[in-house]
Amino acid sequence: MGLRAYIIRRTLLIIPTLLGVTLLTFAVTQFFSPDQRAALFVRSDKQLEKMDLIIEAYHLNDPAYIQYFTWLKEVFTGNLGYSATAKSTVVNAILMRVPATAELVMFSIPITVLLGIYLGVKSAVHRDTVIDHITRSMSIIGWSLPSFWLGIILLSVFYVQLGLFPPERLGTRAESFIMSGQFIRYTNLNTIDGLLNGQLWITWDALQHIVLPSIVLVTIQIALIVRVMRSSMLEALSKGYITAARAKGLSKNEVINKHARRNALIPVITLSGLLAAGMLNGVVITETIFNINGIGRFGARAALSLDIPATLGFAFFSGLLFITANFLVDLLYAYTDPRIRLG
Amino acid sequence: MAAKGGRLAAFRAGIQPNIKELKFMFTRVRKNPLSLLGLSIIAFYVVIALIAPVLCPPSGIDPYKIPRDRYYPTPQPPSDRHPFGTAEGQFDIYYGTVWGTRTAFRIGIWVTFASLAIGLVIGLISGYYGGVIDEVMMRFTDIIFAFPGLILAMALVTAFGVGLDNVLLALVLVGWPSYTRLIRGEILRVKEEDYVEAAKAVGCSDLRVMVRHILPNTIYPILIMASLDIGAIVLSAAALSFLGLGAPVGYADWGQMISYSQNWIFAGTNNPWQYWYTFIIPGLFIFTFVLGWNLLGDALRDILDPTLRRR
Repeated sequence: MGLRAYIIRRTLLIIPTLLGVTLLTFAVTQFFSPDQRAALFVRSDKQLEKMDLIIEAYHLNDPAYIQYFTWLKEVFTGNLGYSATAKSTVVNAILMRVPATAELVMFSIPITVLLGIYLGVKSAVHRDTVIDHITRSMSIIGWSLPSFWLGIILLSVFYVQLGLFPPERLGTRAESFIMSGQFIRYTNLNTIDGLLNGQLWITWDALQHIVLPSIVLVTIQIALIVRVMRSSMLEALSKGYITAARAKGLSKNEVINKHARRNALIPVITLSGLLAAGMLNGVVITETIFNINGIGRFGARAALSLDIPATLGFAFFSGLLFITANFLVDLLYAYTDPRIRLG
Repeated sequence: MAAKGGRLAAFRAGIQPNIKELKFMFTRVRKNPLSLLGLSIIAFYVVIALIAPVLCPPSGIDPYKIPRDRYYPTPQPPSDRHPFGTAEGQFDIYYGTVWGTRTAFRIGIWVTFASLAIGLVIGLISGYYGGVIDEVMMRFTDIIFAFPGLILAMALVTAFGVGLDNVLLALVLVGWPSYTRLIRGEILRVKEEDYVEAAKAVGCSDLRVMVRHILPNTIYPILIMASLDIGAIVLSAAALSFLGLGAPVGYADWGQMISYSQNWIFAGTNNPWQYWYTFIIPGLFIFTFVLGWNLLGDALRDILDPTLRRR
């Protein structure tokens, strides 16, 4: 069986999971009264006054299984309801906020992974030395820090005290320039749009706003990578082929970088799925602290103001993102480790 | 009498390996400075939680309600009356953090214990019997694993209603699948071992095989996970409280105490550290509490993992 068969099998496996996600989301809706649930079926603000009709039309007083199918039909046609707090449909509200979150994660994930791998390898190669102890202590401290607390402290030190790295996505000057007609928003990712428009100062401004939230996300996530990379590297280093490589006279760096690290990377790949979930959890907090108008802050605010369609829509959407991330991770895993696709 | 003595002797001889193992474990814990540090931190918080009524005697009926000193909005710095100062709305920070220790233990231990109990039952049944039960249970865990945990917990809390008990419930519902998976995996690992086959061959009941022969051989990974989980759960609960989805206003809860400081970070125009006590102090409590459990769990992992430890 080749990679293609594996991809097909793995793709088919998504269907039951997706169905499960809709079932669980629907089960949560059942905690609310029909009046509260009606907003899940609204498509525009004009309908808000006719909630009785909606309850009637979407069978909200009927048995749960009928409700499930009417709701599922709505979801498949791309309607997750109307968010009273965002004053738009949930889908639009989320899609509008994706770029802010994507930009944050786009910087945080590579830093977490690369730095985590680097530190994990260093730690394993210098096992039980000062480097190892420092790396492990730092990662365990980062892992124990409440992300919101770290965010508040970083803001106090860097922004309030030193005037560096402000919250939100852009400074006021950059913000108004972006809104003016002179700037084309190709991707809605400010750092990239700045480059594409040839306005480097926009990219620079956006980067400064990303520094602190990225530090928070990296700090709380990196321990996972460091730990797994360290132990998997230790295991790889104890293998026979490493002794063989050393015995045939290869340099230490060559043994570590080519022979041990490459094999030790495989467990880290599986971990990337968990990292995606950690990032999604993390943006809820960091975006709230740093006042970034992304999907995380949207979800947190929706939950707080009991905006049911928005809360559930956000949970559903993060479920979809996470499933996609896991799917991609599995493909990558199968690609790097032939035992998976052939097994 | 002789027969009884004989049985006692046989029992003693029977548990000798277990005692030896336990002693070995304790020497390893004693020799590992990080696990000792973790244990001391936890012991420190246990003491605080136990003597909370002595440290700050409750004034009202509900000891978890933080007393307020008038209703002035601006936080007040530490003073004789308020050793850690007061938060927004004059909630006493010293009182809130001391009684918050009890809240943290309650959250961490309850959620871990409940998730572990559910995971143990379902994981044992699933792993031992396999087949359709296993398939159904695993698809069930898949669904929960398809969501990022904190976000699912957030949605569940809105459904159950905001409040600390509902946060506990939501965290259990999100947490049990990890234990189920771990326990099931461990059981699959030892199920085919000779001693399990032997136990079955001599006619042990399913329950006896599970509890006496399989479970003791899977307990260490579960203990490690539970220890690491207490820290993670306290962090999640603190995050939910910080977002305003947890404890009611004025309840002794560390996460919520930090949320009171949010409005004051940018307030000290000349001096950003003017209101430092409103977030630094409760944050230190959360951080060190979680650190204690993580240090212990991390050390336990090194100590108890049989593939690593006797090197």
